[in-house]
Amino acid sequence: MARYEAIKDIMKSIDDELIVCNIGFPSRELYEIDDRDENFYMIGSMGLASSIGLGLALARPDKDIVVIDGDGSLLMNMGSLVTIFAANPSNLTWIVIDNGAYGSTGNQDTYAQLIDLVEIAKSVGFKNSYDFKDIDLKEIIASEDASFIVYNTESGNSKAPIIDLTPIEIKKRFMNAIK
Amino acid sequence: MMDSSEAIYDGLKDSGIDFIVSVPCVNLSKLLNMIDEDSEIIHIPVTREEEGIGICAGAYLGGKSPAILMQNSGLGNSINALKSLMELYEFPLLMIMSHRGTEGENICGQVPMGQSTPRILEGMDFKFFKPGNPEGAYEDILEAWDLSTEEGRPVSVLLEIKYW
Repeated sequence: MARYEAIKDIMKSIDDELIVCNIGFPSRELYEIDDRDENFYMIGSMGLASSIGLGLALARPDKDIVVIDGDGSLLMNMGSLVTIFAANPSNLTWIVIDNGAYGSTGNQDTYAQLIDLVEIAKSVGFKNSYDFKDIDLKEIIASEDASFIVYNTESGNSKAPIIDLTPIEIKKRFMNAIK
Repeated sequence: MMDSSEAIYDGLKDSGIDFIVSVPCVNLSKLLNMIDEDSEIIHIPVTREEEGIGICAGAYLGGKSPAILMQNSGLGNSINALKSLMELYEFPLLMIMSHRGTEGENICGQVPMGQSTPRILEGMDFKFFKPGNPEGAYEDILEAWDLSTEEGRPVSVLLEIKYW
């Protein structure tokens, strides 16, 4: 099973949560699987999905925020683990789909294959750091404290097309939906 | 004569800035303390400026008016995010930068980036202000935030060593 199926699986638990989705194929696949106004698709700036999610979570404590991130992107912004732990917004759930590969650029290996991301988040201090297969996502979204979830999959991309919304359209649609 | 840190604080408040991320500079110390004591402003210290740009984008999506406080070295750490996130999606952002490596700098390591900072901003096609005194800084901050929201682009206020 690859990322596409993981996103499908995650979306089964999503109702009115706001989603920030990682750049490249993850956003294209989410767009194909379940496009909704409350999805913010990243088009540029690899690594910053969790940071955008953090800003959003702090600005909107009345909403639940789910970040769909990737292992390569996490490795590019490891400091975010510390900042999110310190800020600890209880309405933020950060899911890293770990396929051990830079999927959008041709499935080159990432160093995530050599390390245990769940243990790293625990050692930073996350009280909620889990493997996706061990949890009920809905319970975790509702839990106190920021949560860090790793969803392990095989590498590989679907044939999801490029998103046919402009960045400005993505932004305006999202902001209108959450007014 | 207004106090150099108070002028910036007043400018931020009167612009309606209510969300700030920061990486510290010794010249920003007093200002950072003032912000920490202000319960109307969410202040998130960050590990690296690029991360802060992402956090500001998310805060704006959620309805906040964001600013980043940092040294000009942080500009170098955040160039791609400023282009591929902020400019791409037309997110406004006020960037208050302690401009090191300018006249009076005593740390040689600050000089190369300090000298290039204005030209980097010009090359990125981002507007910036260089106030010479606190009264000017207050006015420039108001104008910078207006411009930033109007154009949906980051706008910077550079505060050279002699400003403080």
